Amino acid sequence: MTETPLPNHGEREAPSRSGYSDVLPAHVGEVIVRAMGIEKYFGDNHVLRGVDLDVRQREAVMLLGRSGSGKTTLLRCINFLEEPTVGSVEIDGLKLGADPLRSRSREHQEQIRQMRLRAGMLFQDFNLFPHMTVLGNCIEAPTRVRGIPEDQAVATAEKFLDKVGLRDKRDEYPSRLSGGQKQRAAIARALCMEPKVLLFDEPTSALDPELIGEVLRVMEDLAHEGTTMIVVTHEMHFARQAADRVVFMDEGVICEQGPPEQILDAPEKDATKRFLRRFLIP
Amino acid sequence: MTAGLGTEAVTPQTIVEQVAASRRAARTRWRLIFGAVWVALVVTIGGGMWLASGADFDFVVRSGPVIVLQGAGATILVSAVSITLATMLAIFGALARLSANPVPNAIGSFYVSLFRGTPLLLQIYFAYFALPQLGLVLPALIAGITALSLNYGAYLTEIFRAGIQAVPRGQREAAQALGMPERLLMRRIVLPQATRIVIPAIGNDFIAMLKDSSLVATITVHETLFMAQRIGRSAFEPVAALLIAGAVYWTLTIIFSFFQERLERRLARSDR
Repeated sequence: MTETPLPNHGEREAPSRSGYSDVLPAHVGEVIVRAMGIEKYFGDNHVLRGVDLDVRQREAVMLLGRSGSGKTTLLRCINFLEEPTVGSVEIDGLKLGADPLRSRSREHQEQIRQMRLRAGMLFQDFNLFPHMTVLGNCIEAPTRVRGIPEDQAVATAEKFLDKVGLRDKRDEYPSRLSGGQKQRAAIARALCMEPKVLLFDEPTSALDPELIGEVLRVMEDLAHEGTTMIVVTHEMHFARQAADRVVFMDEGVICEQGPPEQILDAPEKDATKRFLRRFLIP
Repeated sequence: MTAGLGTEAVTPQTIVEQVAASRRAARTRWRLIFGAVWVALVVTIGGGMWLASGADFDFVVRSGPVIVLQGAGATILVSAVSITLATMLAIFGALARLSANPVPNAIGSFYVSLFRGTPLLLQIYFAYFALPQLGLVLPALIAGITALSLNYGAYLTEIFRAGIQAVPRGQREAAQALGMPERLLMRRIVLPQATRIVIPAIGNDFIAMLKDSSLVATITVHETLFMAQRIGRSAFEPVAALLIAGAVYWTLTIIFSFFQERLERRLARSDR
């Protein structure tokens, strides 16, 4: 695994050992995302076995775990790209219970859509719209879903493209961008909808090693600026730098969670230790 | 390799050059022979037919331009209008075929089955001869275009359906994650990409239609074949007129195939 250098944001406060909930980092606010009792079956396959996860405003939460541990499914359940079998999700005051029996009903679909407006999603393979320019990708949903006037949407898009360092690429089509640029453009596109939380599904897994750094740098800046985010990742160094909390998942449940120093350096559960051993070879 | 190199030493470099040169020569030879066979076939078969028809060259000078100009114009017009209408029909057909609702799905499936399951010529006859008995009198041109559009629309429906299904699932998920409702997602994200996928197939169908449009000659639409038959009959040169009509269709096909290939290459190049 290639370690990509990340900007140094100084020392973190020493973590307390007394468990997560008593030691909230100072910058963290109220609970804004609350997943309760999430279970998910794919056929007979019990992928999530009852997950509760609270995420607070301005908190950066990293989901770690072996493949198949359910972390990506949990992320996709939060904005209902997968309908949970059981459980409920609440984002910024809007609560929606899983209802797989009526999942195709118009009413339920509309509630899901309202939910998704509060959560920006980033995918492993970017999923930029190939028939639109970078700017077109960024203003499509704001103008046509939110009904924002075009000049205003363009101004917002330029602001966020600037932030991810792609202002000069605004009129390029995605096919002319590198993988790292594509993912940064996708981040700008998500930010343009001004979501309450950003969900990242292994955003650097499809990238060449030398392109990972530029994406992680943007994400780390977002984290340090107080963007609420939930990130499924395998980048341990990044998790240590940018996470307020690391959540380790195993066998469809949350196995252990806490500040990164605690989970990454002094895990208590065997599953966590086994998992980390592969990454942290001295 | 022969040792005819004179005083030059045989180095790997010269061998590479020699191989390249001999490949180039072989390729040129191949093309020359290919072209020669083509010319020979056109001259012997075309010329033979011409001689066998005993046609008067005067007829070509007198009537050729009429068949070519009026006939080819009508052929292109009928084909272009029909392929456009067929494409629009096909988009709705494909959306119906992909609908979760059984009613539109059944209608779409019925449409495709009926128009693919009966001969195009019969559909043309039906539009021109049978509809008037049901109280709907269509001019020959309109009846012909209607039948061609409906028939090709059925084939293109299945092509569009495959095109829509070929748009990666991630595109749909990305649009959903941005809060796009189903209709907007289909119109702005899926259909434009599906259209790009099926454009080569539409081009192919257009070329096929250039030839199938000759069937509307049977209902007196003044297109290439009809003009050729009429003029040929009155001038007592039926075979020569057919030869001219054949040449018109063939030339049109060659021209549009050329553009079709270029379009296909351009689409392939700009693909992500």
